[in-house]
Amino acid sequence: MSNLHSLTHFWPELILTITVLAAIISDLIYRREESFKVAWWVLGGLVLTLFAIQIGGSTVSDLFMGTIALDPFSEFFKVLVLISTIAVVLMSFNSNELKDYRMGEYYSVLAIMAIGLFLMASAIDVLMVYLALEVVSIMSFFLAGYLKKNPHSNEASLKYVIYGAFSSGIMLYGLSILFGLTGTTKFIGMQTAIANLGPDSNLALILSAVFILAGFGYKISAVPFHFWTPDVYEGSPTTITAYLSVAPKAAGFAMMIRFFNQVFGDSTALVSETWSTINGIPWPQLMGVLAAVTMTVGNMVAIQQDSVKRMLAYSSIAHAGYMMMALPLMSEAGVYGIMIYLLMYLFMNLGAFFVVIYVQGKFGGEDFDNFDGLGWKMPFVGVVMTLFMFSLTGLPPTAGFIGKFYLFAAVIKAGTQYYWLAIVGALNSVVSLYYYIRVVKHMFLKGERSESVEMPASSLVTILLLAMALPTFILGWYFAPVVTWISESLVIFQGM
Amino acid sequence: MNHLLSWIIWLPVIGMVVIALIPRDKTELIKQVAAAVSGIQLALALYLWRIFDAATGTFQFMERAEWIPSFNITYILGVDGLSLPMVILMALIGFLGVFVSWNINKAVKGYFSLFLLLNTGVMGVFLALDFFLFYIFWEVMLLPMYFLIGMWGGPQREYAAIKFFLYTLFGSVLILIAVLALYFTCGKTFDMLVLMETAPTALNGVLWWGMSAIKVIWVLLFIGFAIKVPVFPFHTWLPLAHVEAPTAISVILAGVLLKLGIYGILRINYTMLPDGVFWFAGALAVLGLINVIWGAMCALAQKDLKKLVAYSSVNHMGYALLGMAAVIAASEMNGDNLIGAQAGINGAVFQMFNHGTISAMLFILVGVIYDRAHHRDIEGFGGLASQMPIYTGFVAVAFFAGLGLPGFSGFVSEAMIFIGAFPVFKTIVIISTIGILLNAAYFLWAFQRIFFGPANEKYNDLPEINKRELFTLVPLAAITLILGVYPRPFLDMVSATLNVLIDQVVSLGGLASVM
Repeated sequence: MSNLHSLTHFWPELILTITVLAAIISDLIYRREESFKVAWWVLGGLVLTLFAIQIGGSTVSDLFMGTIALDPFSEFFKVLVLISTIAVVLMSFNSNELKDYRMGEYYSVLAIMAIGLFLMASAIDVLMVYLALEVVSIMSFFLAGYLKKNPHSNEASLKYVIYGAFSSGIMLYGLSILFGLTGTTKFIGMQTAIANLGPDSNLALILSAVFILAGFGYKISAVPFHFWTPDVYEGSPTTITAYLSVAPKAAGFAMMIRFFNQVFGDSTALVSETWSTINGIPWPQLMGVLAAVTMTVGNMVAIQQDSVKRMLAYSSIAHAGYMMMALPLMSEAGVYGIMIYLLMYLFMNLGAFFVVIYVQGKFGGEDFDNFDGLGWKMPFVGVVMTLFMFSLTGLPPTAGFIGKFYLFAAVIKAGTQYYWLAIVGALNSVVSLYYYIRVVKHMFLKGERSESVEMPASSLVTILLLAMALPTFILGWYFAPVVTWISESLVIFQGM
Repeated sequence: MNHLLSWIIWLPVIGMVVIALIPRDKTELIKQVAAAVSGIQLALALYLWRIFDAATGTFQFMERAEWIPSFNITYILGVDGLSLPMVILMALIGFLGVFVSWNINKAVKGYFSLFLLLNTGVMGVFLALDFFLFYIFWEVMLLPMYFLIGMWGGPQREYAAIKFFLYTLFGSVLILIAVLALYFTCGKTFDMLVLMETAPTALNGVLWWGMSAIKVIWVLLFIGFAIKVPVFPFHTWLPLAHVEAPTAISVILAGVLLKLGIYGILRINYTMLPDGVFWFAGALAVLGLINVIWGAMCALAQKDLKKLVAYSSVNHMGYALLGMAAVIAASEMNGDNLIGAQAGINGAVFQMFNHGTISAMLFILVGVIYDRAHHRDIEGFGGLASQMPIYTGFVAVAFFAGLGLPGFSGFVSEAMIFIGAFPVFKTIVIISTIGILLNAAYFLWAFQRIFFGPANEKYNDLPEINKRELFTLVPLAAITLILGVYPRPFLDMVSATLNVLIDQVVSLGGLASVM
């Protein structure tokens, strides 16, 4: 599709761009004390974008001379990004950490990041891949270091920059090798070119695949590219930690699925045998081992944490591991499982982080000890947090169980050679129970009955908690509509 | 009533919602609501027994509703002779449990809400006929158990609760993997009725990594269920959970929750993997023997009365395992001994029910003495018979029932199990009779130390058992005595179903060789 014509299908991104501009300009007008009002502009823009996506319908096409795909698959991830951005904007109102800072830039940068994530979810050209990744990364560096007066936040930002620069450099190198081999930057074109390559270029192909994998692995914080995660997650403002653990991860998975499926895969369908074009390395087994190691390392380290925030940071590595189980399968069921899991994960993880933000504001800390007796003092918050913890563990009847169920089902469906992966995943869920339930233990088993029972003072907190908790609970019982929506979103642009 | 089974399952949840609406200071009202809801549930369960057609061995009162069509998940309920006694047992123990919990005064609202939720979870497992639904109920039951042990339990409650949770979850995830494996190899359905027909043929001869698929799935399921039973060596969570849990929760744990494991093996392993039964029967009998002897020896060594009772559960479940293994007697290679198989498996199910009533009685009695003396040290009493004669009488009934004295229901079931198992597992049965001896020894020895001998001055004015406690004990004691003399009502209820089960195992299994 030509550039000009593409613009008519580019409404969501255009609205977001206008939102960013409006946010920056309005920030100039507001005084320091009312700079948080920029959030309303951003929220308005995000909601409009959501409508624009809904109205856009489900055309499958490419935009801007084949650099961006317009398909239900990317729309699904755009909706995920929007929901989590809206939730994070709302959460930021209650953040204790952020209240001393001017908030105008914060919200504008969140909106810019959303644009970057949109592009990540829909890029079908390696240049666009790189551009989108960099937009997201630079905005993340900025947001991670937003607490200027807090040395941990500065440290987080600096570490993030160094790791980010390093891994995107490696990835760029991998992409350039791929370009050298194929002579094109388009996914589809690369795929045809790779199919025609002689055996002597196999080594270069493997090298580039490994480098690119490292870049993606960094984005979804897979072991062994995860070392930045805990420090960045701990130092960043908790709202940003929540955002980083959900939205970029979702977009990273979208990009990874699309890239491996279209560049190294069979262009006609989402089927297995995807890995046949790069011989020499047992890719599915390698990725399976990476998934198993990722979840195990995440869990083992999460057990040892004393801070709930840090525990959630490590456990998010474990969750990336669960989702990675379905990557080597490259089957329709696998992609489906990842998408369902991401949706469920969005609600439960954002909810858990929001409770941490709330406890941090109310009791001045985010350690396990700060949760002591919370269930007695504030039963509502306690029960909701318990729900999130059980859901993150993957116990029925919660959304987390349904997500895991579909993932395990995909793995088992793929055949007996993957059964070990399912068993490792299942045992890891048992391990994760230990640290998730520790929060519940501190909330309910410690502490005594208090005379008065408190509700959160602000009704926004209550509403936001309910907005995260109700889907977490209801999707555990009735998920048919979600399943239908996702199966309709499984259409990936395949070139035309 | 069209949805009788749904009502039985979901009634406690309705009660939970009602309790949630009551202000937390109105503790009496909360208890009354819990009692009323459990009472209605018990009435429904007894009504179900009345209208249940015991002559056929098929599922009755089936309910079916679409749930998640894209994954073939359906809401299916049904009751047969195997699940009916368990439903009645749960309804009865759930009802009595409310009265056992009457003295709870910490967070009453939370306690009874969770208590009712537990009830729903257990009922759901017994009545669900869709694997997905079964699994959800199986796990739902863990959440209230964690809190009930962890918040209202004894000094080591936090450790006991997490140990219980981790052990059972470990088992459950293996069950989940097995369920998914069955789903994808046997025609993509969670419908247990369909799986019972398709699984034995679909899995026949399938090899995974050189092993028979039947064996793999059997082992995954068996570990999951064995943890619940608990089968040695997975039993270590049990004494701890029992000792730390509040009385009513120990009662439910021993009375009903342990049966879920055996129920699962009979309902799922036996019907869907009949070949596996023949492969595993010997091991099952040996594990049963270990449970019998090990449980009895551990019980003999205990100083804490509650721990003694807890280990007696390990011991009693061992007999049930032995009876279950006897099902292979009916096959051709074992001499077509249908009577033996019937005796064994009917005995096993009867033993489950009897253990439910007897161990419930034992735990209630332990709770009674603990409420008064504030300790459970067997050596710390002595001569209680003169202070609390009525209590002593009930303990005598419970202990004698527990050690399998003729005239009590425990004797009938144990005798049936031995009759059934003897022709196939001669040595094991002979050795396990030592267990009976030990069984008698630990009960009688404990009885002697607590009730006879010089009276302990400290306990001269210990109040006698009260009416509320009597109310919880009398029905259980009556059932034990009546079924001990006249077991027919029970056996009539289960035998038709169990005959179908034996037929299924023998006709579909044992033919293909399990590699």
